[in-house]
Amino acid sequence: MTEREPRRTPLHDVHVAAGARMVEFAGWLMPVQYSSVLQEHHAVRTAAGLFDVSHMGEASVRGPGARDLLQRLTCNDVGRLTPGRAQYNALTTPDGTFVDDLIVYMLGDNEYLAVLNAGNTTKDLAWIRRHVPEVGVELVDVSDRYALIAIQGPRSTEILQSLTELELAKLRYFRLAQAEVLDAPCIIARTGYTGEDGFEIFAPPSSAPRIWTTLLREGETLGARPAGLAARDTLRLEAKMTLYGNDIDETTTVLEADLGWIVKLAKGEFMGKDVLERQSREGLSRKLVGFEMAGRAIARSGYDVILGGEVVGQVTSGSHSPTLGRSIGLAYLPVGMWEPGTTFEIDIRGRREAATVVATPFYKRPR
Amino acid sequence: MYPTEYRYSKEHEWVAMEGEVATIGVTDFAQGELGDIVYVELPEVGSQAKSGESLGTVESVKAVSEIYAPLSGEVVEVNSALTDAPETINSDPHKEGWICRIKIASTAEFDALMDADGYAKLIQS
Repeated sequence: MTEREPRRTPLHDVHVAAGARMVEFAGWLMPVQYSSVLQEHHAVRTAAGLFDVSHMGEASVRGPGARDLLQRLTCNDVGRLTPGRAQYNALTTPDGTFVDDLIVYMLGDNEYLAVLNAGNTTKDLAWIRRHVPEVGVELVDVSDRYALIAIQGPRSTEILQSLTELELAKLRYFRLAQAEVLDAPCIIARTGYTGEDGFEIFAPPSSAPRIWTTLLREGETLGARPAGLAARDTLRLEAKMTLYGNDIDETTTVLEADLGWIVKLAKGEFMGKDVLERQSREGLSRKLVGFEMAGRAIARSGYDVILGGEVVGQVTSGSHSPTLGRSIGLAYLPVGMWEPGTTFEIDIRGRREAATVVATPFYKRPR
Repeated sequence: MYPTEYRYSKEHEWVAMEGEVATIGVTDFAQGELGDIVYVELPEVGSQAKSGESLGTVESVKAVSEIYAPLSGEVVEVNSALTDAPETINSDPHKEGWICRIKIASTAEFDALMDADGYAKLIQS
């Protein structure tokens, strides 16, 4: 691979002007934080936070064969989607592991938009393209057509409502609608990656800075603030939303990742079904579970999980939880260690610190 | 910003001398780079600190960072208030956010540290 300059989102200059600390992430120059990670995190839980997620990839899958193609390549039941609905799903390998996790938005009859992890977009598109039939499906990388802005938090509806005529209160969770935002044609979806209520706005790149700054201005008095990748990570972890490359990848099956709710064995044939069916029948040898540390030290990704003096697993994600004020994490643990209350140790740079399996998600928003 | 009576290390610790006891902390620049601090691992009272070696760690949401001893000597006191309020390092790095006190054998290491002007230049470069 050749060294390449990281790409810039349509909101790059807005972030720099706001004093954001920019870092390279998945080939993009992204804001990691604007002021304080904790303040950004709390803003999302109590008011609203604005995220630039334009680095995410988008693939358009269209045509009379689009649904069948997605059904074969993913484990959730795309057949249950109707226009205006979205679904969390996984592109599976023949081993039942993750090519990627994604959200499939059904825009219209025979028309889907797959939103992909930035670091996987090229790989995903090549993978899907390999399976596109000769006729009936058109696959197009439309990543450059959209800037993606997420507004997340309990005040999201009232803030975004001032920029659109779409009646947001009627847009339910995991639904989407095409609507104008400040006169720009957008897709508004009630989805997100924070465990909070909120929206993701697919906007024309040229309109993104105007939408971003207007949302911030409208939300300012309500406590809204821009939030970076660091807060996005602590928020998603509290909600036990998996992160590709940390918690899930091509070596972990969808069932091991504790995402059995997106595995629909009854829907017909799909990539990796044999393995998932067998695991479902025979049981798993390891599973992704949540834990809490007894102390404040953070168990970071890659640290060893120790039981009875032996290494039995690894931490995949770990952080301070700003909402709980405790140190939390996720790890693949062997059978027998999944019950909440199970205690074990984690090797934190040579010191063994006590940890306990807890029920997840760590945080569930009040409804 | 950087007290003139303090001395500074290139690893971004500050040192305040009082008699033969040195109070040590991390600088405002360091806390700003780290971001929100959520955990501090303090040295043990009675342990021997050795200049350039790890005294403990400071963890922010994003990263773990070593605290390097800017001086050698015996750790005589630690700021145990940081255990429950590690964020004090962010809010008051040069005073309430101190890490530990070290009883030093000689002032030679202290004299070799940067003064406030030297440190201000370092962080600007």
